[in-house]
Amino acid sequence: MRARPTALAVASALLLAACGDGGSPTRVELTMHYSAFSPRTLTVPRGVPVTLVLRNDDPIAHEWIVGDDSVHERHRTGTEPVHGERPTELTVPGLAERTTVVTFERPGDYRFVCHLPGHESYGMTGVLRVV
Amino acid sequence: MTWTFRRRALAVLPEPAPRRLRLSRMRRIASTAAATALLLGLTTPAYACGGLVGPNGAVNLLRTTTFAGYADGVEHYVTSFEFAGGGGEFGSIIPLPGVPTSVVRGGDWTLQRLAKETEPVRRLADAGSEVAFAAAAPAEVILEVTIDALDITVLKGGGDEVGVWAADNGFRLPPDAPEVLDFYAERSPIFLAARFDAEAARKRGQQVGDGTPIHVAIPTDDPWVPLRILGLGKQASEPVEADVYLLTERRPSLLPAPRATMPLVHDARASDLLLDDLRSDKGMEWVPRTAWLSKLAISGPAGELTHDLAIDETGLGKSSPVAAGLARVSAAGPPPAEERVPLWLVGAVAALLIACGVVVGPLARRLPTDAR
Repeated sequence: MRARPTALAVASALLLAACGDGGSPTRVELTMHYSAFSPRTLTVPRGVPVTLVLRNDDPIAHEWIVGDDSVHERHRTGTEPVHGERPTELTVPGLAERTTVVTFERPGDYRFVCHLPGHESYGMTGVLRVV
Repeated sequence: MTWTFRRRALAVLPEPAPRRLRLSRMRRIASTAAATALLLGLTTPAYACGGLVGPNGAVNLLRTTTFAGYADGVEHYVTSFEFAGGGGEFGSIIPLPGVPTSVVRGGDWTLQRLAKETEPVRRLADAGSEVAFAAAAPAEVILEVTIDALDITVLKGGGDEVGVWAADNGFRLPPDAPEVLDFYAERSPIFLAARFDAEAARKRGQQVGDGTPIHVAIPTDDPWVPLRILGLGKQASEPVEADVYLLTERRPSLLPAPRATMPLVHDARASDLLLDDLRSDKGMEWVPRTAWLSKLAISGPAGELTHDLAIDETGLGKSSPVAAGLARVSAAGPPPAEERVPLWLVGAVAALLIACGVVVGPLARRLPTDAR
């Protein structure tokens, strides 16, 4: 019976460590399955490094590209076959997981999209809310 | 870039003539179709079956046709891949209801002859048109064969395994592929992947419009025709057009039942003349002496085509919901023996098996059995 309070204390400590000042998590996990993001809305704190774990459960590759409208417009006609240089633009191979760390400085809503052909129109989009 | 597919062109044929003359005319139909396609400016490879996906995921599949038949517990698929010019390599993935015992070159006139039987009106060819966390076990390659400019591989595996195999072999799958592959793999983890090499076709001397018919024989107790695959890569609102011919011993029950987007446009006992003609084509000896010919003309938005077509040749309405893709395997359990399609479905489903095309861009590498 004494183990239960101990476990709760550990869990609470982990939870606090994973949250920023505003209570938003600094580590979030995003799953890609059947060419859809889950969850479709993420909330993260501004001004602190946020670790994003991107897990692709599909056998085909996907992208996670977050940014404002200009970023997405550029990628709709882009020619880069693979992303990985920028922490906000990643290609995740099929049945693989990638992790990126990003500090979002400005609050606001930013769309994240898979820009592989046909994926955005298929509905592979989401919203990252920086608070 | 958008790849286009045109359905098999049909043409008016004169009334019965001596067989040799009739067959000669059938061959001429293909030539006419080729010429028509050329006039319409088709410059890309076209398939007589399947969901077609181009290198950038764009799809413009206008109409498909498949021929499937069931006799003595064996389902026969006949489909044709047509060369329409252009270059590069393209592929197609077709879900199968079981492990095929043979994949061979099909006869030359079966599809045309069925079309003539049910639609003897001249039509122009349509034109239009890292860190891997769970490495999937590799799909098992259970058969490889090269037929003309087609490299065909029969795979066994789940959706992930087949998807990985496809990616490793240069197939570029559209975003709906993971769900569609799982949809089929749950029922039957058997897929036929075909890759068409347009350059090889040209080197072989194939002319625009020349088709490579493929005949697949699949022993199965529950015959079905893959329909959902026809919408692969399409937006939900995009139309799917397909002709499906069925040849069964008796008037069959179909599941789902024909409806507005899938009307039964031909429903009659097959004529002796038709059966004789079909039986005389290469590999078509299995066609029975008496049979019922049905034709479904599928025309509707891809978003509504979320099922396949199960056939009960007894006509007693006992088609399997699982075989039709209307019920999950786990939910429905194995169908009771009395529900299984009987022995004799002389099914000549002439559906444009064009459906399977998951095509792709430049293919990364060639099959080891390339024997061109």
